[in-house]
Amino acid sequence: MKSPALIFLGAFLVNNIILMRFLGLCPFFGVSTAVKIATGMGMAVIFVMTLASWITWAIYHAILLPFDLVFLRTATFILTIASLVQLVEMFLKKSYRVLYNALGIYLPLITTNCAILGITFLNIDNKFSLLNGTVFALGTGFGFTLVIITFAAIRERLDLAPINPSLKGYPISFIAASLMALAFLGFSGLFGLT
Amino acid sequence: MSKWRIFTRGLVRDNAVLVLMIGLCPALATSGTVRDGFGMGLAATFVLLFSNLIISLLRKNIPNEVRIPIFILVISTFVTIIDYFMQAFQPDLYRALGVFVPLIVVNCMILGRAEAFASKNSVFDAILDGLGVGLGFTLALTIMGTVREILGNGTFLGIPVFGESFKKSPVIFMVLSPGAFLIIGILKALINKYVRKEIR
Repeated sequence: MKSPALIFLGAFLVNNIILMRFLGLCPFFGVSTAVKIATGMGMAVIFVMTLASWITWAIYHAILLPFDLVFLRTATFILTIASLVQLVEMFLKKSYRVLYNALGIYLPLITTNCAILGITFLNIDNKFSLLNGTVFALGTGFGFTLVIITFAAIRERLDLAPINPSLKGYPISFIAASLMALAFLGFSGLFGLT
Repeated sequence: MSKWRIFTRGLVRDNAVLVLMIGLCPALATSGTVRDGFGMGLAATFVLLFSNLIISLLRKNIPNEVRIPIFILVISTFVTIIDYFMQAFQPDLYRALGVFVPLIVVNCMILGRAEAFASKNSVFDAILDGLGVGLGFTLALTIMGTVREILGNGTFLGIPVFGESFKKSPVIFMVLSPGAFLIIGILKALINKYVRKEIR
């Protein structure tokens, strides 16, 4: 059994959700145009990912397993996450106006973010306990935020760089992401994590 | 629009991965080898074809206010079918694709076609559109898988291409994650240069 600290580091750096697992690429390329926007998106992902890992863990262990309904996993989880995001949005709008102003516009985008659903599936596949699942979701969320903010900073510079017109926009962003992934490959093997 | 154009539009001109840049997560994650890329493409095509078919059949009965949850339910039903089917009949492929098989449900390409095409058009057109978009996705994944497997592993479908000495020391980084980002960047740049006149 791995300790929670190792699970956190593994999800944060070694198996980084964007660069190593390829989850959440749409927001990674879509909202990484400025550091400020990327920060807001990252915070929203950390928040929703942790909540979603709790709720899906509870549903899986309290309803799907005892009643032998595991085959409904995909349908249940996606509907749960979609309604959870709606609920969080309404709750924040009513009660925490400051937080809503910071995260509000990113919340609807998160429903179709495969990172959230992917983490809930990985939680189940890895047979994590509630504590380990929470730590895993937090580590993944922080890893997402780290990479998307760094990438947004790189893209702000890339916009000003004199490059070949056919490389402008997406192609040069992909090549920059490739170099970042190469750098993150250096973390593999850290503390014996693969 | 002619039937043939409905089919070829998703296949080439509006190719989901290489032109519209949607459905990137599975495209990058499962194109390490030709077999994985092709298998993922066919799985997504199956889901897209049948979700388009069912949604087009039910398009007059789906209330407008709750259409998105209904689309998601239809899609997730077919994802569950292909998930269990692959687990039973293609266990090796299923293990290689891992979490990306259930994640077909959040592939925006499929929900996008349901919303933009299948819910507004006849059943036959929706089938053609699903097939075209799905096979375009398969084509893109197979191209990426071919390049990455040949360079990164020295093989095509497991058969050595450049002889044994290359296979012993290939460009390993192509099958790892940096290679996926690099190859789609280069493909997109080539498309910008030679195919599309208007450049962003």
